[in-house]
Amino acid sequence: MTPEELKYSEEHEWVRVESDGVVVVGITDFAAESLGDVVFVELPEVGAGLTQFEKMGEIESVKAVSDLYSPVSGTITERNDSVIDSPELVNDSPYDSGWMLRVELSDSAELDKLMDHTAYQAMLEAQG
Amino acid sequence: MTDSNNLRQTSLYDTHVSLGARIVPFGGWAMPIQYESILQEARAVRTNVGLFDVSHMGRLKIEGSGAAPLLSRVLSVGAISMRPGRARYCLICNEEGGIIDDCIVYRNDEEDFLLIPNAANTPAVSDWLDRWNTNPDTVSITNVTAETAMIAVQGPQSIPVLNRITADDISSVLPFRTIQTKIDGTEAMLAHTGYTGEDGFEAIVPAEAAAQIWTTLVEEGAASCGLGARDVLRLEAGLLLHGNDMSVDTNPYEAGLGRFVRPDRRGYIARDALLHARDNGVERKLVGFFMTGRGIARHGHGIHVNGREIGEVTSGGPSPLLDRNIGLGYVPADYSAVGTSLQIDIRGRLVDAEVTSLPFYIRSDE
Repeated sequence: MTPEELKYSEEHEWVRVESDGVVVVGITDFAAESLGDVVFVELPEVGAGLTQFEKMGEIESVKAVSDLYSPVSGTITERNDSVIDSPELVNDSPYDSGWMLRVELSDSAELDKLMDHTAYQAMLEAQG
Repeated sequence: MTDSNNLRQTSLYDTHVSLGARIVPFGGWAMPIQYESILQEARAVRTNVGLFDVSHMGRLKIEGSGAAPLLSRVLSVGAISMRPGRARYCLICNEEGGIIDDCIVYRNDEEDFLLIPNAANTPAVSDWLDRWNTNPDTVSITNVTAETAMIAVQGPQSIPVLNRITADDISSVLPFRTIQTKIDGTEAMLAHTGYTGEDGFEAIVPAEAAAQIWTTLVEEGAASCGLGARDVLRLEAGLLLHGNDMSVDTNPYEAGLGRFVRPDRRGYIARDALLHARDNGVERKLVGFFMTGRGIARHGHGIHVNGREIGEVTSGGPSPLLDRNIGLGYVPADYSAVGTSLQIDIRGRLVDAEVTSLPFYIRSDE
């Protein structure tokens, strides 16, 4: 179910490399499914800086609150305000219309610290 | 029955697991919090019919010639005048007026009552009854939680669905009345009660029959619902949860539950404290609020006015029905008027909210 072309963090965020130095970020199907119905998403504004593996926002389901961690460092160039208005997009379409941020990377080499699809699948299976 | 975490399991545990429920600990029990989706389950109850396993709640049988006098001393409402076949919502308060638990009491017969405490409070309620039972020769208290199951059938279609599998027509059973009948061929007590703000019944059935009855109700079109949906629905209906919205540290008048208290009764153990609270007013009150800023208030968040913390959120969450975020909390009485502006401290961020009247939702035929 997890797309093969994406990169993944241990905190269940995905990264799609769009062009040289620009990525799109969201959370995985596994994360959305674990949370349950997402009812609230809080993300930083366009222009804000992100640091890899540090908190970038919050996501809430009916019963639970979780932090969102940035899988990359860089500057936000676009925010998907649709997920802020309609948080259920994160459940309905985590890899497509449920995307969260477009980021201009400050260090492309950081992508090597993320998992590929095979490693992420293995991590999920190891967690049972 | 217990599992490795010492959590008790209801007789429906295997049914929940086979239906794909996510199981969580609640009040010492392993309970389903959701099946597919809390929001879908809540919607099913508002528009159609849903099923809840509420077998974790206590079932204490109180029998004998001293049963009614004992209950009248301990409950916030008189039991002696109750007629058989009736149910009442009531509080159990200590001598200071603090709320030990909220319960439903049923009178099945002259000398036969059933009391339904919350799961986590059942031992405390049982001990409390024992403590005030000055005539043990005339009152027997039996915990029948394990040998029975309790299934709540809630929603606008609950009565038509139940009528297809009950031996008697339950349409004529008024709210807070009970009927002894057969459901899916098994002897059961059905009570016209619930905790969702929708019409519905709660059925007490033998534990061994519960799984078959649940399956039959699902086949009849009822949606299996977990505790997550139950919490969303009860909050929308402005129904309080003991342990969150009331406790031994709050009295019924602070909690807005004065209409369920008859304090001026001889022998009632909380009489003095509750008459005092009733006649002198209270310093703080439970209020309902909705968020006007972006954010979801949760249990334990601070309530602020003019930069000063004045109270605490006791329950909060999204209301799918109202499409806004709602909550309950205690504030000084001066800040309890409808329309009062509040701020909720959501993990360090102050978010605007406004006091509103309770309940948040009343169904249209009520």
